[in-house]
Amino acid sequence: MVQAVGVGIVLMLCVLAFRRLVHARWTWRAPRTGIVVWQALGLATGLSAIGVLLGFGLEPYQAGVAPALSLLAADLASGTPPAWPSPLQGVAIVAGLLLAIYLIVAVLVCAADVLRARRRHRMLLRLVAHYDADAPGALVLDHSAAAAYCLPGWHPTLVLSTGAVRMLDRDQLAAVLAHERAHGRERHDLVLLPFTALRRALPRSRLIRDAVAAVSLLVEMCADDRAVRQHSCRPLVAALRRFQSTAGMSTPAGALGIADDQIPARVHRLTDPSHRLPLPGRCGAVAAAAAAVAVPVGLLVLPL
Amino acid sequence: MTGLGELERAVMNVLWDGNGPATVREVVAALSSRELAYTTVMTVLDRLAKKGLVRRERDGRAWRYAPAASREAYVAELMYDALEFTGDREAALVRFARSVSGAEAEALRAALSEPGHAKRSRARDDSPG
Repeated sequence: MVQAVGVGIVLMLCVLAFRRLVHARWTWRAPRTGIVVWQALGLATGLSAIGVLLGFGLEPYQAGVAPALSLLAADLASGTPPAWPSPLQGVAIVAGLLLAIYLIVAVLVCAADVLRARRRHRMLLRLVAHYDADAPGALVLDHSAAAAYCLPGWHPTLVLSTGAVRMLDRDQLAAVLAHERAHGRERHDLVLLPFTALRRALPRSRLIRDAVAAVSLLVEMCADDRAVRQHSCRPLVAALRRFQSTAGMSTPAGALGIADDQIPARVHRLTDPSHRLPLPGRCGAVAAAAAAVAVPVGLLVLPL
Repeated sequence: MTGLGELERAVMNVLWDGNGPATVREVVAALSSRELAYTTVMTVLDRLAKKGLVRRERDGRAWRYAPAASREAYVAELMYDALEFTGDREAALVRFARSVSGAEAEALRAALSEPGHAKRSRARDDSPG
């Protein structure tokens, strides 16, 4: 029982941490660290939720969850009645296992769907997009709305609309392309996948929607950092401002593109040079995240 | 964009820029500078039909091929897809629609009402990112 209660406490702390992290600003000062913390928090929350159910249900076995599950399987296989005293605990075990399967399947189904959509997108791009000397390394779509995005994958594809090419000057285009290229290289689509899969599975959860938005913004900031390393921040800031000013006109808001409601935060961050979170802070955050994952893992595996 | 992909693109361009459904022979003639074999073009049109990009209808003894949607409709679909890569699809769509011209809006409507696209949109109702 202590085990289940312990994991339950961790679960509650994780949910609270989720809420805090959604509104956190410190992550903007160290977006990479922020992303690691988000991933760890997501993992810890999932493991704790499963752990609470399984810990409660398998309590009679007086062992860690993993050993207890194998004992239960052995019991069922050999026909002896399992040791649980109450049907409620039986329900908890089933619920825990179902939750684990549900989470894994949700991510896999989302990934398969995304891959299918991407394949079609790539095929259509091959048919209607063209190369343009003004936008080297990118495909151009003949559309007046300003758009810039990266189609992720093994070979990431950068795409601009003619509207975007006309709107930006050469340096700004280069900065935007560097930003999009960073998304492809750093596989930000994989970073976002667990969160978008969760949002698809629980579409009405406000918290999860906010979490997706928060992680998306951090992903944009990581790409901004990459882009300004090669080109100074002025062209990128200018490009972002132009995208923002055309909003209400149109700004296709791809998670890996230019979303106009994130722009003020990103511009402010780029123009304020004193924003780096110092190393001790970043290490502390990563350590806390690691601890958050280690606790449910430990409680699940170690015997009581 | 080389090889078969490039051929598909060339054939689609012929169909898009042409005047109505075309036979294989007419497409071969339009691409005469490439000196393509009849069977090559037929294979390409078959592939495009399987991908749902061209329709075909019998005209006497020959088949006539036409694009399933206009070039503009596919561009609109791609732009809309890029929007779908993130959260609030309805708001994004409104933002996008506000900007497009009349003809483009029509193309977007056409792209969205295509059965394949509608089905996919419903299935991905809470967009993967």
